[in-house]
Amino acid sequence: MARVFYPLERFAPAPAGFHLLPFRFTRLHGKELLVNEAGEFLFVPTGTVQSLTDEHLDTNTELYRDLKAKHFVYDDSSSPLLDILATKVRTKFDHMSGGTKLHIFVVTLRCEHSCDYCQVSRQTATRGEFDMSTATADRAIDMMMDSPAHAVTLEIQGGEPLLAFDVIQYIIPRAKKLAFEKGKDLDIVVCTNLACVTDDILKYFRDEGVRVSTSLDGPAFLHNKNRPRPGHNSYEKAIEGIERSRAMLGMESVAALMTTTAASLDYAAEIVDEYVRREFHSIFLRPISPYGFAIKTHHRTGYEMERFLDFYKQGLAHILKVNRGGYRIAEVYTQILLAKILTPHGTRYVDMQSPAGEAWSVLVYNYDGDVYASDESRMLAEMSDWTFRLGNVHKDTRRTLFTGEPALQMFHASCNQSLAGCSDCAFQSYCAADPVYHHATQGDMYGHRPTSGFCARNMGVIKGLFSIIEENDRETMRILWSWVTGETAIKEVVECV
Amino acid sequence: MRLTTMGIAGNFDTSIVGILATESLPPEQRSPTIRLLAPNETSTDESLSGYRAVLCHDALKSVPSVPYVHRLRESDHLKDGDIVVLEGNTGLVRSLYRPYELHHHLFVTERCNSNCLMCSQPPKDRDDVEALTERNLELINLIAPHPEYLTITGGEPTLLGDHLFKLISQLKLTMPETELHILTNGRTFAWPEYARRFAELGHPKISLGVPLYADFAGAHDHVVQARGAFDQTVAGLHQAARNGIRVEVRVVLHKLTIPRLTKLVDYIYHNLTFAEHVALMGLEYTGYTPRNIEELWIDPYDYQDELEEAVEYLAVRNMTVSIYNHQLCVLKPSLWRYARKSISDWKTLYLPECEQCSALPACGGLFQWAVKKHSDHIHAISLPQPSVAETCS
Repeated sequence: MARVFYPLERFAPAPAGFHLLPFRFTRLHGKELLVNEAGEFLFVPTGTVQSLTDEHLDTNTELYRDLKAKHFVYDDSSSPLLDILATKVRTKFDHMSGGTKLHIFVVTLRCEHSCDYCQVSRQTATRGEFDMSTATADRAIDMMMDSPAHAVTLEIQGGEPLLAFDVIQYIIPRAKKLAFEKGKDLDIVVCTNLACVTDDILKYFRDEGVRVSTSLDGPAFLHNKNRPRPGHNSYEKAIEGIERSRAMLGMESVAALMTTTAASLDYAAEIVDEYVRREFHSIFLRPISPYGFAIKTHHRTGYEMERFLDFYKQGLAHILKVNRGGYRIAEVYTQILLAKILTPHGTRYVDMQSPAGEAWSVLVYNYDGDVYASDESRMLAEMSDWTFRLGNVHKDTRRTLFTGEPALQMFHASCNQSLAGCSDCAFQSYCAADPVYHHATQGDMYGHRPTSGFCARNMGVIKGLFSIIEENDRETMRILWSWVTGETAIKEVVECV
Repeated sequence: MRLTTMGIAGNFDTSIVGILATESLPPEQRSPTIRLLAPNETSTDESLSGYRAVLCHDALKSVPSVPYVHRLRESDHLKDGDIVVLEGNTGLVRSLYRPYELHHHLFVTERCNSNCLMCSQPPKDRDDVEALTERNLELINLIAPHPEYLTITGGEPTLLGDHLFKLISQLKLTMPETELHILTNGRTFAWPEYARRFAELGHPKISLGVPLYADFAGAHDHVVQARGAFDQTVAGLHQAARNGIRVEVRVVLHKLTIPRLTKLVDYIYHNLTFAEHVALMGLEYTGYTPRNIEELWIDPYDYQDELEEAVEYLAVRNMTVSIYNHQLCVLKPSLWRYARKSISDWKTLYLPECEQCSALPACGGLFQWAVKKHSDHIHAISLPQPSVAETCS
């Protein structure tokens, strides 16, 4: 072969012009943030978008090369590699394929707690009236196993499900038998406040490989204020239950979730410290759901989203400080969003998807056999709003659930790609549509972004994360990446309170 | 260590592949072997009959009836069990396979459809496909015991067409437990049909090592001196992945690849997420490199920040990354755990200053040709306990 070598210009002639690929953008920190169709982003100097649309951008610059390498533009000097871009988009949505994975069984509405923010519990109910019958359980299990998903999660909640332990003992072996017959992987989680847990129950969970998710709202004064029960000992019961569960099931089989009430807002650091003291390695700083009793008791539990964002930012800063001190603990919402922003993959977290995770990723089987699109959907139903009741296990099949009027109406409002205010938002790829939230808070599934608490929360959180990314502090990024890639990364985050 | 030597050949004008035997073997074991006579060892026609050929450092006293090469320039590098090829028309004796080495290669062609500025094995436009395939098929039959790893290299192996499939099928048949690594520019895999057929060979342990030099088409095409190569390589990697073929991405570090190195590994992470390994490799001062050295040379000492940033970029993302062909004394200590002893035994060299170095056992050393050009910062490290010894294999 001829030993002649040619200069760069021969292979990379500055193209005469270029073509745009789809992207969205915003101004942030004195720069422009561009996000492409696959969720890849680039910070560029202000004015870059203008020079792109004017076609004035100099193609013989590193900036142009950055834009080309990141699939923002292409030119005639090489292939646009659209197949590669398509593969990246497909990878981003891969979690959508395979059918509904999370199946929530509400085995009873009874509970011995009387939390202000609770959506559904019936303290006074007598046994049986609000428990799931075996006939309903049979049908719900059949429906769960009809899902095309290879791996399904059975999440048992209430009320307080341990008050209906007999129902749990009926459901688990039956679900396991069917999963085995159908060749499905089955993961089982019970969401319980652990106040009534016994060694016999824990032994059963251990033998059946059941994980436990419980509530821990913070230190004793806060937890007991948020979660009243006879004896005012919810915190003591929870801690005792957590320790006993860990002893029986192992550390990694016991998770805790917190709910942020108005009373919590001043105690971000104290809440985090409580989780560290209890040796948890993840904490989910969650705002209160605007559903159920939380709306009725708004004066006691509710707050503006801006106040929550302050709380979240303080909490995250404190969590990062704890990590810098050597203790590894991840903030789950940050972890989910960073995975969406920084990795080529999506996440399976059902509340942050577009198309929305309702029905596609999660189905809720209520004690009476009604099937809802999400946990929030059935909370609305407890307030006599049945908009998101997809059907009933005794009357419907998987097919009729997904093609019924309630489902179809919801699906129309399920893609933020086509929602006003979202369709041109730079953060669209990282965010979600939440028709249930917007229906509940604004009376309209499509929603109005400028006044949406969902939008305010996510805009605030995502902008905050981009500040951290842009700052690119080496140690902070190492910590955040350890959350994204770590052991606790992006399992389904269980949604019980 | 030496790969070739020359002698005077007789009784054949083709190529003969065989296993060296330094001791006399019983007649029934002679057919795959080439008898290497010790100095002053006497031989008769009968004592040599049945061998494929005879090698002798000195002049043979009498002309045997079997093919032979004698009056070798060197023979110290030839060991019992080595597999060599003898060329009848030139007297060339080339070592093809040495069981005691760590790295084993199957060299399948000198042809290439790229012409990389820093190619260590400059391509030749000569049709060697048939001859080399025949030689390699015979070599595959002779290799024993089967190695853990075997690298197929060239030239560009995919230019063999069906002959490459023949070699892989033969390897699958004879040594399915041997992990095969094919060093290819990946361009041929852009044809979906090729990638599909390659995957259909069904070799249980096969992967591609594919170089990518930029996140930007023109810059990569310049380094490999082939227009359209970037598009084909990226598409080829995707076709390979789509067909379940495992891939490694290789980057040679030099003045043209360093400036956008982190952007390149970002490109790999987002576009070639399926890559199971990224190897960042030092420049070899051989082949084409010396003639392009002005354009390529940057002292590795001077790109440590860029290298550290790129390695960390991949490592925090759980991508497996390794550094090849670098000396520990030039690398930042934070990078030592990614450094591998990657240089083939026969190419490895240590400098006089290395003798005093306490990190030597863990260090991959230098390419033998680095004696002419290497970092100005090679120096002995004094450490009580080199902490990297376990991590380098």
